Amino acid sequence: MSELLISITPLDWLLDPLTHDFMRRALMVSALVGGVCGLLSCYMTLKGWALMGDAVSHAVMPGVVVAYALGLPFSLGAFVFGVGSVALIGFIKQKSRIKEDTVIGLVFTGFFALGIVLVSKIKSNIDLMQILFGSPLGISQADVKQTLIISFVVIFILLLFRKDLMLYCFDAKHARSIGINTGILHYLLLTLLSLSAVVGLQTVGIILVVAMLITPGATAYLLTDRFDRMTILAVVSSSFSSALGVYISYWSDIETGGSIVLVQTLIFLIAFLFAPKYGIFKNQSLINND
Amino acid sequence: MNPIFKSHEKDFMRIEADQVCVDYNGTVALYDASLNLKAGSICGLVGMNGAGKSTFFKALMGFVRPSRGKIRINGIKVNQAQKEQSVAYVPQNEGIDYSFPVSVWDVVMMGRYGGMNIFRIPRESDRRAVFHALERVDLLDLRERPIGSLSGGQRKRAFLARAIAQRASVLLLDEPFSGVDVPTEKLMAELFLQFRQEGHTILISTHDLNHVRDFCDFVVLINKTVLAYGETSEVFTSENLNKTFGGIPPNPLSGPESSKDFVNE
Repeated sequence: MSELLISITPLDWLLDPLTHDFMRRALMVSALVGGVCGLLSCYMTLKGWALMGDAVSHAVMPGVVVAYALGLPFSLGAFVFGVGSVALIGFIKQKSRIKEDTVIGLVFTGFFALGIVLVSKIKSNIDLMQILFGSPLGISQADVKQTLIISFVVIFILLLFRKDLMLYCFDAKHARSIGINTGILHYLLLTLLSLSAVVGLQTVGIILVVAMLITPGATAYLLTDRFDRMTILAVVSSSFSSALGVYISYWSDIETGGSIVLVQTLIFLIAFLFAPKYGIFKNQSLINND
Repeated sequence: MNPIFKSHEKDFMRIEADQVCVDYNGTVALYDASLNLKAGSICGLVGMNGAGKSTFFKALMGFVRPSRGKIRINGIKVNQAQKEQSVAYVPQNEGIDYSFPVSVWDVVMMGRYGGMNIFRIPRESDRRAVFHALERVDLLDLRERPIGSLSGGQRKRAFLARAIAQRASVLLLDEPFSGVDVPTEKLMAELFLQFRQEGHTILISTHDLNHVRDFCDFVVLINKTVLAYGETSEVFTSENLNKTFGGIPPNPLSGPESSKDFVNE
């Protein structure tokens, strides 16, 4: 085994997997999904919606199962349950004395449990493990198509409304006072979150998708003081770690979702330690000269 | 037509609130609050926390809907006035996330968003407005800095610049004097006087009585309703302040006990 590894040159390491159809597909989908989730993660981290991202990504589970069982696009089911969970969180919070983080935890675990029960009850060819952990290496042609469509819709909307959404995250009161409808922006961001969770679960699965929606944004946040640069850094680091994760998964035969998220976490740790201005071992001269 | 130019009509009303009532789920926060502010005036909105001061403020900004009464800004409905970029809001320093990755220039440019098309791409006129606004608050040299690297006073000036760039005729300021250094305070005093001459109307929500006396032509005292309203020298009596603060000094330096001193000045 070790002889085999030694005999592989770095070029082979990169090019060999590309001879397989399923690997080309997996790499393309993972990098794209990484980019989409990376872009959205900037808004999630700046708005303080990490917990909300966790909640929505888990709450889409029953929607995915029901959609599969009924032969509908899984994105539709995920969307309905994702936005539904947020509406329910808002409703319970408003009508009871329970604090928001408790309500969020309560609702998303409830939805998630419903999803698991549905999977075990509905006789179909849904693979629970595939939903929970993702499987970009085994993604079907139909799923690729759907993922492409959703990804481009999310990217298009995020680019179109990027300044409005940025302003909404930074100072929602100002946005309202200049006549921008912040209610629409709120639900737009939630919708994008649901859709990103759906494409994200293709590659890393429901359990880990929240990492895709937080980690790239957090990493980029440590590296820059500019919003535009932050989004570029988040997209690049997220796409890169997704592709690298797939490669590592291919060569060492480990779970792809776990591999992608571990690479992301590693990149975050490097930024955490060595970011020029905000890292633990920051460059003191940079700060003094600023 | 830019509403600022209507300021030459002497008695043009910028803010009209007529018997405004606001309640939250059946609890009355404000009742029968009426207020008329002319173009070119500076008014302080004074009251204790929980006295309905911020509720009144929110109603004027259209953030809460009055259950009764009506509010007009420049003679039109609040949301209409907002769409015309007539209302600028200067937030409390505490209400902003200063680790947000934006530069001073970016923040001031946000004042121009409402007048841009859907892509929010700045035109030359937008850049000029931002440049001049930064010049007026003396922050031009710091425009490339991240907003978080500024001092408390500089941050306040950045948000004032945003309101200037917006070219709004009505400015609503929430606790503008907290955490502000002396140079900024001087600059604010000058700016406010210029705004007044230009026909702007400024409403300042605060519990800082000393600054109200120094800065404001008019005062509105709030305790669930408008207790007293008029020129600062007439309204700032110890009796009125006692009513407003329920006999409790709001702070040891400028509370009702010492209020006599500055009324007699």
